[in-house]
Amino acid sequence: MKMNEELKNTLLGPLSKNNPIAVQVLGICSALAVTVELKPALVMGISVTIIVALANVVISLIRNTIPNSVRIIVQLVVVAALVTIVSEFLKAFAFDVSVQLSVYIGLIITNCILMGRLEAFAMSNKPGAAFLDGLGNGFGYAMILVFVAFVRELFGSGSLLGFQLIPQSWYEAGYVNNGLMMMPSMAMILLACFIWIHRSLDKDLQEKG
Amino acid sequence: MENALSIFVRSIFVDNMIFAYFLGMCSYLAVSKNVKTSIGLGIAVTFVLLITLPVNYLLEVHVLRAGALSWLGENFANLDLSYLSFILFIAVIAAIVQLVEMIVEKFSPSLYASLGIFLPLIAVNCAIMGGALFMQQRAGLEPSDPKALTSLVDVIAYALGSGFGWVLAIVGLAAIREKLEYSDVPAPLRGLGITFITVGLMALAFLCFSGLKI
Repeated sequence: MKMNEELKNTLLGPLSKNNPIAVQVLGICSALAVTVELKPALVMGISVTIIVALANVVISLIRNTIPNSVRIIVQLVVVAALVTIVSEFLKAFAFDVSVQLSVYIGLIITNCILMGRLEAFAMSNKPGAAFLDGLGNGFGYAMILVFVAFVRELFGSGSLLGFQLIPQSWYEAGYVNNGLMMMPSMAMILLACFIWIHRSLDKDLQEKG
Repeated sequence: MENALSIFVRSIFVDNMIFAYFLGMCSYLAVSKNVKTSIGLGIAVTFVLLITLPVNYLLEVHVLRAGALSWLGENFANLDLSYLSFILFIAVIAAIVQLVEMIVEKFSPSLYASLGIFLPLIAVNCAIMGGALFMQQRAGLEPSDPKALTSLVDVIAYALGSGFGWVLAIVGLAAIREKLEYSDVPAPLRGLGITFITVGLMALAFLCFSGLKI
């Protein structure tokens, strides 16, 4: 029973209490750049979840055979191989999204979530738990991406996933899309708002000043 | 030469790694608590960019690109190894960072001590890998495109400019954060939250360069 409880924490902890972006401050680079629209953000979230989960399993399987001094390079090679597979897959089946994501798919390699989870979890845990940890962190990451992308696409272009949501009559009545939402700086400020709400709800996470 | 100069200026102000592409955010946020260490990290990033980008450019042009291996003989003229670029780039970066670490440790122990954990972490800094991937993308553009990197000089200018832009961004943020220590920030925003808002406002300020035509 205790075992199950632990596994549940491994999977669900990263969604809120231990969120990779809002609490651990990992993987922000790519988080912000792909959130202008919802679709690339979703694809990015799913890709990262798959890669983190698989990389966690692979590293966890070979953790006892990796010499300590070269472990970073081994981790990087495993991750780079997985990212190459995902990137080729996207190019084959979702070419327009892969063009939109451009270099940010490749940048998953240096995404700190991966290195952070591999170092902190996969190197010292069994493959099953490592898989759940990867899934949890991937979802925690995807959740924030989707939140930021939702707000930016809704107010920035008046649509979601490419479907026009704001009726044409509003535009005729003088409604204007908020161009600021399309700017990179707005992603930062939205993320700050998310952190603000998150930390007001959960007082334990507040930093002592 | 003129082109290289324009690439240099553009990559500092217009295509700033932090404010336009969010590259290297993790260490950017973690190390920007005081100006002195941030300058150290900035210099380290610039230095590593300056070495890895030209090396990766030569690899891209002479090994990876479609048909790049034709210098080996007729049989290799049709090879396209570009799917290997992620692995090759990251291996080059990791190896060079390891080398730089050893050199710095040997010749400047004080710098080594002050950079601490950040030197090895530069290997996984998105700014370095991002620089390599953007370089690959821009090296593949038509030579008439103002963004195209057509020669080694262009690439060096790009590396230097991106590095300077990164230093500028991190030192600016560190200076602001040193002052922020004394201000009364709402408890949930303290630390990470207010830092994001600061970076967002700095990015807004850098937007004024985006109309720059050089």
